[in-house]
Amino acid sequence: MVLPDTLLFAMEAALNGLLSGVMYALVALGFVLIFKASGIFNYAQGVMALFAALTLVGIQQGQVPFADLIHALTGVEMHGFGWTLPAVVAIVLTGIVMIGMAMVIETLILKHLVNQPPIILFMATIGLAYFLEGLGDTMWGSDIKAMDVGLPQGITGWIDESTNSLFGYGFYVDQLNIVAMVVAAILVTALTLFSQYSKQGRALRAVADDHQAALSVGISLRFIWVLVWSIAGFVALVAGIMWGAKSGVQFSLSLIALKALPVLMLGGFTSIPGAIVGGLIIGVGEQLFEFFVGPLVGGATENWFAYVLALLFLVFRPQGLFGEKIIERV
Amino acid sequence: MFYREAGDFKTSYRDDGQTFPIRFDRYRYYAVLVFGFVVLPFLLNDYWTNAVFVPFLIYAIAAIGLNILVGYCGQLSLGTGGFMAVGAYACYKLTTAFPDVNIVFHILGAGIVTALVGMLFGLPSLRIKGFYLAVATLAAQFFLVWLFNRVPWFYNYSASGQISMPERTVLGIPVTGASVAPWAGYLVCLVFAVALAWMARNLTRGSVGRRWMAIRDMDIAAEIIGVNPLKAKLTAFAVSSFYVGIAGALFFSVYLGAVEVGEAFGIQKSFAVLFMIIIGGLGSIFGSFAGAAFMVVLPVMIKLVLVDTLGWPTDLGAHIQLMVVGALIIVFLIAEPHGMAQLWRLTKEKLRLWPFPH
Amino acid sequence: MNDMSQAAPTADGRKIGGVLMEMKNITLRFGGVKAITDISFDIREGEIRAIIGPNGAGKSSMLNVISGFYTPQEGEVWFRGQRRQPMKPYEVARQGIARTFQNIALFDGMTVLDNIMTGRLTMMKSGLLAQALWWGRAEAEEVAHRAQVEKIIDFLEIQAIRKTPVGRLPYGLKKRVELARALAAEPKLLLLDEPMAGMNVEEKEDMSRFILDVNDEFGTTIALIEHDMGVVMDLSDRVVVMDYGKKIGDGTPAEVRANQDVIDAYLGVAHD
Repeated sequence: MVLPDTLLFAMEAALNGLLSGVMYALVALGFVLIFKASGIFNYAQGVMALFAALTLVGIQQGQVPFADLIHALTGVEMHGFGWTLPAVVAIVLTGIVMIGMAMVIETLILKHLVNQPPIILFMATIGLAYFLEGLGDTMWGSDIKAMDVGLPQGITGWIDESTNSLFGYGFYVDQLNIVAMVVAAILVTALTLFSQYSKQGRALRAVADDHQAALSVGISLRFIWVLVWSIAGFVALVAGIMWGAKSGVQFSLSLIALKALPVLMLGGFTSIPGAIVGGLIIGVGEQLFEFFVGPLVGGATENWFAYVLALLFLVFRPQGLFGEKIIERV
Repeated sequence: MFYREAGDFKTSYRDDGQTFPIRFDRYRYYAVLVFGFVVLPFLLNDYWTNAVFVPFLIYAIAAIGLNILVGYCGQLSLGTGGFMAVGAYACYKLTTAFPDVNIVFHILGAGIVTALVGMLFGLPSLRIKGFYLAVATLAAQFFLVWLFNRVPWFYNYSASGQISMPERTVLGIPVTGASVAPWAGYLVCLVFAVALAWMARNLTRGSVGRRWMAIRDMDIAAEIIGVNPLKAKLTAFAVSSFYVGIAGALFFSVYLGAVEVGEAFGIQKSFAVLFMIIIGGLGSIFGSFAGAAFMVVLPVMIKLVLVDTLGWPTDLGAHIQLMVVGALIIVFLIAEPHGMAQLWRLTKEKLRLWPFPH
Repeated sequence: MNDMSQAAPTADGRKIGGVLMEMKNITLRFGGVKAITDISFDIREGEIRAIIGPNGAGKSSMLNVISGFYTPQEGEVWFRGQRRQPMKPYEVARQGIARTFQNIALFDGMTVLDNIMTGRLTMMKSGLLAQALWWGRAEAEEVAHRAQVEKIIDFLEIQAIRKTPVGRLPYGLKKRVELARALAAEPKLLLLDEPMAGMNVEEKEDMSRFILDVNDEFGTTIALIEHDMGVVMDLSDRVVVMDYGKKIGDGTPAEVRANQDVIDAYLGVAHD
């Protein structure tokens, strides 16, 4: 089959966009979980991914936490524990750290902000984001770190070959993106099963529906919050691993995660399928836009495309793709 | 004892509605003004001007602007950095296009241009609320920074992609460019800050301010008692952006002198100004000043104490600063959502009765 | 029904004038649910008109239609002899319709005085620049309206809480401040959505007195929703009764009380 070059390149761009859309969706998933269970729009989700990735790398490579601070305070120089842990162990340990973090967040922040207007909670999570960023940097240092948990990387052979034989042009698709897609699929399935069929999942949905009613039938709100922030922390860890493996563990990771916000605007804040579809639309849209329009206007349009798309979307359909129309009452 | 209102009778509604109803407050306020205008200019050296006073005044203007939008009208914006960039670039384009016109007019013009851009991005506020709107303003932030970075017309096709401020004078005294005396730049900022704060106070105590606050407290009820929500929100966006634009123009022309847009007006700037009004006090002009002072002085203090005195590495100081700011935001939101302004008000309440407990 | 359009003094000598507002065949739907079905009634100048009915009868929806918050799918709204085109709530307010809310809708971040001053916003015209400079018209306007508001504060006996933030007030006083805010607009038609809900007997008596005084002294036409039958029967000149979104009765309190449909709706008769 012979297709014009432009179309082929566009198809390649769209395919890669689809896969980076999965990455966006992965972060968006964490937002949706917390929003559904506690009505909190957790701005810190992106920084949580960064923090998780930093912690993972730190633990795996045997870095001493707060080494700089300890040095500054006591003058003791520490150059790490001198081990390199297997990836699995490091991931489990980081998972425990994220659960601990969820508990601390619940006790120190959420508990004191019950019944505040959503906008206050939102701003509190911005504060949390700053704190976590500073904490991550203080613990592990702010230099760019490489993430190596043994995920396959580089060109995906079979896609290259099959497209080469089909069109005479091999598409470049990073293996990492394929892995991300598989992981996202597993994660979504697991979360859906959990929330549909487990006792905690049912409690979680009850809380999402109505806090007061859930409390009155004996569901512990605080337990649910710790649970959901732990899950969100775990999702952040997964997202952090994927993004970290792709582009290194550094501050920009939390900015990429910001793109989950327009994803949510499109998909609606309460819908897990919405998060996925929104992520895919944004991923493909920004790649194609950059491919076709980018060269005409100076490039780097992916910096704003997602936000402007979400903005336009909001103006014409404020409830998102999957949301219900809101009836206002007085 | 010394701070009291007994014997200070109001005999007209005009007197009752003034900004400082208590006589002592009025005198203290005049004293601060006299000190700021007459005494400080003689005391300032280069370091204190550039590290504290000029950024404090400029950020105070930006914070008042954002406070009008967030604290008074209840519309959360994360686009402050982008709007400051509009002010900076408008000022640059105006002053290079009309070099003979006084810089003061360029700065005001920059405010007006920013007000128009702000209204444009404020249009969606009619349909979307809360953090939905916040994300919409992120679109303004990223798009505007990208625009100034990528479209050469905005930076007059300069090779570096930066804009830099030529020398401009007010009454024959240079206030921008390389040869500015510390007091000159400071006084320009002070005049703008005081005038704008006074105007903001007037706006917020009259009918315009009540429209904003009605929308903030309960938008549906506000509409039913006769407030046109679109008009109220758009005036808030316009006035707010006017202030932010002037702050951006001053930030570029008087403070930095040369600007790379992503660095000077990135998303971090939006958050910095937002933090000022949270810590200072939402819906308070005084709080805007307090928050700006706090956020400007904090890094100076951290550098002074941790880096210069204790000899810690600079980046460690920066990391700890992030943690301190983040933690303070949370603490203030939990303990005192109205910020330092409310703490100040409570102190004054206590003082009014002192030495009696009730 | 429209034959008595000229003034007819009531027993206590107040003037009931011509038709001020007329609702013709109003139907309001939310999706597939009919909140109001084909309801017609009128409100005369100077009268106190009550709308009653069991919970979920559509009374509040009716009030929302009058104040422009909901736009009915069918039917016509006539106000002061003119058919009202679908309009925004703030435009309705500017025509001289003010209201209070079932769940108090005051501006919690503002003082009592500022809250009542918002009632006069439709009349305050000074521009942005004049206000920024607090100059000429802006200040004069502020003082003039303040004087008007002070009269209402005196009338409702809330002088002492003038400068108190509304959020700190007890429930009964909030209701009174809300009434003050509506009165500040000097409305032609005042809508009260359950003005006495949640009040004790004493507070109810106070509120009843204020409602009668408003009607008496300012000649304001009042339409109110209320559950307390005693209050409704004592206060109102005419009553509309709604049930399941339909009108089942309309007339003087005595007529309504004798109406078999109304009795059935309140005492509960199996619908078949």
